[in-house]
Amino acid sequence: MAQGALERPAARTASPRRRLVPERLLSPLILAPSVIALFVFVYGFIGLTFWVSLSNWKTPKRDLSLIQPLWETYHRLFTTTRFQIDIRNSIIFTIFFLIGSVGVGLLLAIALDQAIPARGLIRNVFLFPYALSFVVTGVAWRWIFNPDSGITLLMDHLGVNWLLARFGTGPIRVDWLISPRVLGDIPMPDAVKAQIGIPVALIPVIIAAVWQLSGFAMAMYLAGLGTISNDIREAAALDGASLYRTYRDIIIPLLKPITISVLIILGHISLKIFDLVFAMSGKGPGFATDVPGIFVFEQTFGANKYNLGAAASIVMLALIAVVIVPYLARSLREVER
Amino acid sequence: MSSRSPFTSRYSRRQIAKTAAAAAVGGVVLGGVSFPHAFAQATPAAGEAELEIFSWWTTAGEAAGLEELFKAFTASNPGVKIVNAAVAGGAGSNAQAALQTRLSANQPPDSWQSHPGAELKARYVDPGYTVAIDDLYTEQDWDSVFPEGVINLITIDGQKQLVPVGVHRGNVMFYNKDLLSKNGIEVSDDWTMDDYFKAADTLKAAGVPALALGSKDTFAVVQLFENTLLAALGPDDFTKVWTGEVGWDDDRVTTAIENLAKYFDSVNSDHAALTWDGAADEVYAGKAAFTSMGDWLYGDATAKGKQDSIGWVNHPGTGGSFVAVIDGFTMPKGAPHPVNAKNWLITCGSKEAQTAFAPHKGAIPARSDADASGFNDYMKWSAAAFGKDAVVPSLAHGSAASPQFQSSVNDAIVSFIVDLDVETFQQALVDAQADAQ
Amino acid sequence: MSAVLRPLSSRPRRRLTGRRIILAAVLAIAILFYLMPMYVMVVSGLKDATDVSIDQMWSLPKSLSAGGFAEAWRQLSPNLGQSFLLVIPATIISSLLGAINGYLFSKWRFRGSEVIFALVLFGMFIPYQSILIPLVQFLNKIGLYGSIPGLIVVHVVYGIPITTLIFRNYFANIPYEIVEAARIDGAGLWQIFRQIMLPLSLPAFVVVGIFQFTNIWNEFLFGLTIITNPRQQPVTVALNNLSGSFSVSWNVVMAGAVIAALPTLIIYVLLGRFFIRGMLAGSMKG
Repeated sequence: MAQGALERPAARTASPRRRLVPERLLSPLILAPSVIALFVFVYGFIGLTFWVSLSNWKTPKRDLSLIQPLWETYHRLFTTTRFQIDIRNSIIFTIFFLIGSVGVGLLLAIALDQAIPARGLIRNVFLFPYALSFVVTGVAWRWIFNPDSGITLLMDHLGVNWLLARFGTGPIRVDWLISPRVLGDIPMPDAVKAQIGIPVALIPVIIAAVWQLSGFAMAMYLAGLGTISNDIREAAALDGASLYRTYRDIIIPLLKPITISVLIILGHISLKIFDLVFAMSGKGPGFATDVPGIFVFEQTFGANKYNLGAAASIVMLALIAVVIVPYLARSLREVER
Repeated sequence: MSSRSPFTSRYSRRQIAKTAAAAAVGGVVLGGVSFPHAFAQATPAAGEAELEIFSWWTTAGEAAGLEELFKAFTASNPGVKIVNAAVAGGAGSNAQAALQTRLSANQPPDSWQSHPGAELKARYVDPGYTVAIDDLYTEQDWDSVFPEGVINLITIDGQKQLVPVGVHRGNVMFYNKDLLSKNGIEVSDDWTMDDYFKAADTLKAAGVPALALGSKDTFAVVQLFENTLLAALGPDDFTKVWTGEVGWDDDRVTTAIENLAKYFDSVNSDHAALTWDGAADEVYAGKAAFTSMGDWLYGDATAKGKQDSIGWVNHPGTGGSFVAVIDGFTMPKGAPHPVNAKNWLITCGSKEAQTAFAPHKGAIPARSDADASGFNDYMKWSAAAFGKDAVVPSLAHGSAASPQFQSSVNDAIVSFIVDLDVETFQQALVDAQADAQ
Repeated sequence: MSAVLRPLSSRPRRRLTGRRIILAAVLAIAILFYLMPMYVMVVSGLKDATDVSIDQMWSLPKSLSAGGFAEAWRQLSPNLGQSFLLVIPATIISSLLGAINGYLFSKWRFRGSEVIFALVLFGMFIPYQSILIPLVQFLNKIGLYGSIPGLIVVHVVYGIPITTLIFRNYFANIPYEIVEAARIDGAGLWQIFRQIMLPLSLPAFVVVGIFQFTNIWNEFLFGLTIITNPRQQPVTVALNNLSGSFSVSWNVVMAGAVIAALPTLIIYVLLGRFFIRGMLAGSMKG
């Protein structure tokens, strides 16, 4: 396809070519506008936000003078119980969300890898949620997890609760979303005032997020599975490996680069998460579903403590950088081979 | 390695092109169908043909009240298109985000809704987003028409910065009339907290939660707190606690917090899932007896046709005090349509507009000379109280303390709802006061 | 070539083994779970105002009518138009930018270009709340605040990292020999792009186009804070307004949610398989 697609340029321009700009400068020149724009919009603004986090600006009236001592705002941030809870929630959410999305995505991709009818249609069903906005789905999931209707009602309709009543146990009532309970309590030094465990109210949010984004993981894995040539599979079959062993020992390890990509992309989405939680539950009872994204929003626009909001966003950025920078460094090194 | 991508070998280029073209055409058609609407609103007309009003009045009663103001404005300013820039969601937090970014970018609307007092000062006056309207007051002779308590609240640093439209009462307890009579409970304006708790015990024994609370709206709990605080401190010291003359570590504050915790002995079990109007629905339906809410609840009840099922009384222990939640509109600096903006304020301050606005919203007009003949029963009671009670500002609605302090109290309340820990909460209040200095 | 895509168990025999029963059951449960929220939305949207309430959420509508769709369309159609006005130019521009940048980063490297690429890529990961205030003030300074063009610029700029990444990875799979051969023939940078790279890059354009369309269409925070006039805001913001406002009933809100989701859903139905094939062609790997 490439052969013959290139028209001989000789008829169009004379050679040797006289260029306005030496060719080796063309590339950086064309890239310049994008790079400059990004430097302003990303690094410039981050720099400004960082400055604000070190400033005295805590009322609607702008005050960019530096606070003394410099670390005061950050110190206050980390000793605020609410922010400690936010960090806990962010980590718990990210861990379970990633496990859920990757796990479910991989399972669905493997299931779809088998010969089944209407594969395209089924695949679209799993991919649909990814097309929706968090605002849209947040409302629906809020209904589903409402303690008096939602799943409880579904159990009623399906007769499950009737069955349970016959057995003498109480009906299934899913009130996770309004429960301030935290499962578990890992002992921590005194400075940590938040209860370190899994907030029950976060579980519905995790389920909603996995529902929405596992399709993306599935799509990535489907693409990856498609590139695994049949020779490998047939060789494994010839060697007598069962389907299960083939997947476990050969195919899944081959998908490792995809797993890493999925973890990076979904990981940073989950650390930044805002819309879904905001639409579904807000900060939750006792801050059970509060996340740094909501904290930043409220401190900036609600409390007008701009320096505190800025400090929290810098912390969010640092959390993300901890995950991303090693990945960037690694792919940088890979290219320099 | 072959340079043919596996993709293009499986589908001929024509197939791909056709599908892409179909998708593009589909997109254009769908866009085109909604295009005329988009274009119709996309470019705002230049000059004074428009008036953009910003608020977060989106519930049934609020929206109706706003409509009345619009109608009054159009009556005296025909030909001006009113843009209702109301933003819903997040109990006003979405609206605050939108408004503040606009203001910081020097792109104000022609007016926006605000409460007087601390919020007005901290958010709008100090950063210089508003223009003083003393001249307007003199011109319209408003100094003689608004009660002194109201004028005090809208005057910041000696200058008038707000045109008040409606006055809500914040220390009201609404109740389901049937439930109370069935259980033999009587209330009166001078009832105390002890009277309330006795009634709560009776109701609890009868299997009905005494209080319907919608704690998803944090401000509902803050209101409950400040009304209980008012009962413990009385109006004079209540005003002093915001300025620091009375300390947050006062014993009476402790009593108030203990009472706050006691409410939860008999409260609806799903309060964490309900907003304030969801809790109100429970009272209308007789599933709970009392609910503590500002009197916009009456507007909500009217919009739902339930106003006959409820009765009202001031919060236990707060007889003689009127927690004023005042809604007003500002004059922005650099308003896009200054003439219309001024006329809007004139409309807002006019007798006709305020009289039409008030019943929908459940408020009483801010003007003391408003036509009381059309007042419904609730408004009559509220207006009478407003005329003789001590007027105090509200914390939950931004008048009593700065946004910083309010935010700290909000956070402390969220934790308090869960652990009901009196000491921690009181300490948080002390810290918040120190922090806001 | 098509052998690559044949799955393992496409052998002639299709017995109803226990394994296949389990597979079918798992898939059936998964399908039900994935469709559940959309069922709730569609069903609620089709109900009449009196019929819809949270304790009826699972039941089918009592009567067949347009339900809340008529009113939702009335309220949301201006914003739908605004969303199209936003998304289509933004997607086209950011795809083209990504293609050019990706081409340059993969085939026309220079000293330090990898470092610059990493710096560009990092921009993909920042939380938008972190830069909201400086962004708004900067947009205002350059006169782009409060309008759709301003929002387009914002989405284009913040879309540069991901579009560049996808195209760069995609072009990296095209062997450099082709470019080399063209250069020997005397072709220049632009010519190679127009005549070799672009024709080959359709799968990447599809992936990037779908990705950007979805992301920009569904985006909420920028739409809320950069556009101030509610009539001009994207449909996501308008929908949030609708669901936070108590003066509309739930059937309208749910119908509105379905309407707001339709364009992206349609894109996925029509182009979803290309999305996966495009990823297959290497544009999304590592």
